[in-house]
Amino acid sequence: MTDQAAVEARNAARHYGSGQSVVKALDDVSLTIRKGEFFTLLGPSGCGKTTLLRLIAGFETPTSGQILLSGQDITDIPPNKRKVNTVFQSYALFPHLSVAANIAFGLEMLGRPKAETAARVEEMLALVRLDQMADRKPAMLSGGQQQRVALARALAPGPEVLLLDEPLSALDLKLRKEMQLELKRLQTETGITFVFVTHDQEEALTMSDRIGVMRAGKLQQVGGPREIYNGPVNRFVADFIGETNFLTGTLEAGRVRLPSGEMLDVPEATGQGEVTLAIRPEQIRIDPEGALEARLTQTVYFGTDTHCHLQLKDGTEIVARLQSPPSGDVGLSIGETLRLSPVPGSVQVLEGD
Amino acid sequence: MSRRDFNIAAMPGFATIAIAAFVLLYMPIVTMVIYSFNASDSVALWGGFSLRWYAIAWENDFVKEATVRSLVLAASAAVIASALATLAALGTTRRKRFKGQTFIYVMINQPLMVPEIVTAVALLIFFAAIKKATGYTGLGYLILAHSAFCVPFAYLPIRARLEGMDLTLERAAADLYATPFQTFRRITLPLMAPGIAAGAMLSFVISLDDVIITEFVKSAGQDTLPTYMLGQLRRAVTPEVNAISTALLVLTVLMLTAFFLLTRKRG
Ligand SMILES: Nc1ncnc2c1ncn2[C@@H]1O[C@H](COP(=O)(O)OP(=O)(O)O)[C@@H](O)[C@H]1O
Ligand SMILES: [Mg+2]
Repeated sequence: MTDQAAVEARNAARHYGSGQSVVKALDDVSLTIRKGEFFTLLGPSGCGKTTLLRLIAGFETPTSGQILLSGQDITDIPPNKRKVNTVFQSYALFPHLSVAANIAFGLEMLGRPKAETAARVEEMLALVRLDQMADRKPAMLSGGQQQRVALARALAPGPEVLLLDEPLSALDLKLRKEMQLELKRLQTETGITFVFVTHDQEEALTMSDRIGVMRAGKLQQVGGPREIYNGPVNRFVADFIGETNFLTGTLEAGRVRLPSGEMLDVPEATGQGEVTLAIRPEQIRIDPEGALEARLTQTVYFGTDTHCHLQLKDGTEIVARLQSPPSGDVGLSIGETLRLSPVPGSVQVLEGD
Repeated sequence: MSRRDFNIAAMPGFATIAIAAFVLLYMPIVTMVIYSFNASDSVALWGGFSLRWYAIAWENDFVKEATVRSLVLAASAAVIASALATLAALGTTRRKRFKGQTFIYVMINQPLMVPEIVTAVALLIFFAAIKKATGYTGLGYLILAHSAFCVPFAYLPIRARLEGMDLTLERAAADLYATPFQTFRRITLPLMAPGIAAGAMLSFVISLDDVIITEFVKSAGQDTLPTYMLGQLRRAVTPEVNAISTALLVLTVLMLTAFFLLTRKRG
């Protein structure tokens, strides 16, 4: 990975319709994706992820703004002249062509010599472990195999950037986990910049070098998985990535006064006024000296850990995730009153909604 | 509760009605085919097996001429109609849904909705004016008329084929550096080819069978097989008509079988 930009979006916007019923599928997004990184666009369905990929691939032109590839403005260049390839959500394999012919397609269109194309197809088939399937038609392959062909076909021409639109969403859980590892391996081996789209936060956290979180056509936050998980910039990001408890209160000199009157130490917070606090369930401890009083309403056993549903004095419902002891029983009874404290440094003070 | 599913085939009288319907459908045709091999001069009295009427039809210059004309006409109409229908289908399906799409479908399918006799009269008057102005009396009028009413028949299978094809396929081709023409040549056209072939065959059969429009549009001496047969039936009816009909039937069944094989959903 380097600091050179592979893809840049500058104030890119894409609107559909006009007047009253305009849909801002992409609303002024500026973003730099670095050469050689595994970049993930993460967000709920309809937030504009596919639209952004289409702008990069060239299937759509931005309503305003620019798209740059390796520093060059490609906004007005048609898709067949961009050194970018796509793995489509539906795979879009050519049904009348064999696996090998599908993989060879891009190279043929580029006018590469026959021998070179054939060698490259062999190489790609080996890379995605489909050597035996070269002569089959796509319809004769399983979903996972079709997925690999789509990957091999997009990688064969050696693009500068590979775009992947929710490529794993059609696979079952086990296959998905397998393909996650496989994709990560391919990205590391080829060194190609991957722009990966998903709505699955766990997938994003495990695979990415960096993540861009999107919401309603806007980019919310860009950063590494740890940065996003541990330092969400707003309530939306905190809520979308993993589970989070939200508390509201008033910030006064490094402490937050909750509606119950209890005070929480938040040494890193500055300023004052109404704030929202985010605390991860696994960052809450049972602590006789703890600042918060809560009543246990329910426990749910999840194997490695146990989720304790608790109600604070002011009525706020929160969840604490405790590691299950070897006996499996955390030794708490429903209705019991406990004292809690967040792990120092784990409380996030959020701005806005 | 042990209510059984409603099954119409189990209702009393169903089998009788079904058999009666099939007899009505196939008996006349079977009878016609059998009597085409009749050795006698009658279409009603059996005089033994013979290929006599096929030989007579084969030797008949009027039949020969009408057959050639029918085939030329059907082939021309099939080619022109499927070419037009291909363009129409590409224009109406290879894009996002658009306003007025249904209206355009209705416009394209006009010949299916206007009564044929009305079209025939309209064409007669229209072509009469052109004939008068240009003096041209060739087969062109029939070819134009047949091409026109075959378009919707060609359009249906081609459109169905294209609608079953994901638009993403063309995107994928463009993504893999294919120019718009290469995309059409390498992806769209090969994938829609069975639809085009099916449309052409259906058009061929429809044209081959047409009487009303042909009867109105044809100039003197431009009989097709169906109009020749109609003319014969007005005079003496001989098993020669059975023989010609049977030959036409065989050709049509072959074409339609090919049509169904082409439009069959592939696994
Ligand atoms: N061709 C289009 N016409 C109209 N609206 C569209 C079109 N494509 C996308 N949209 C709208 O833009 C928004 C973003 O869509 P998309 O980028 O596909 O979201 P995502 O991939 O994140 O699920 C959605 O509200 C969608 O309905
Ligand atoms: Mg999408």
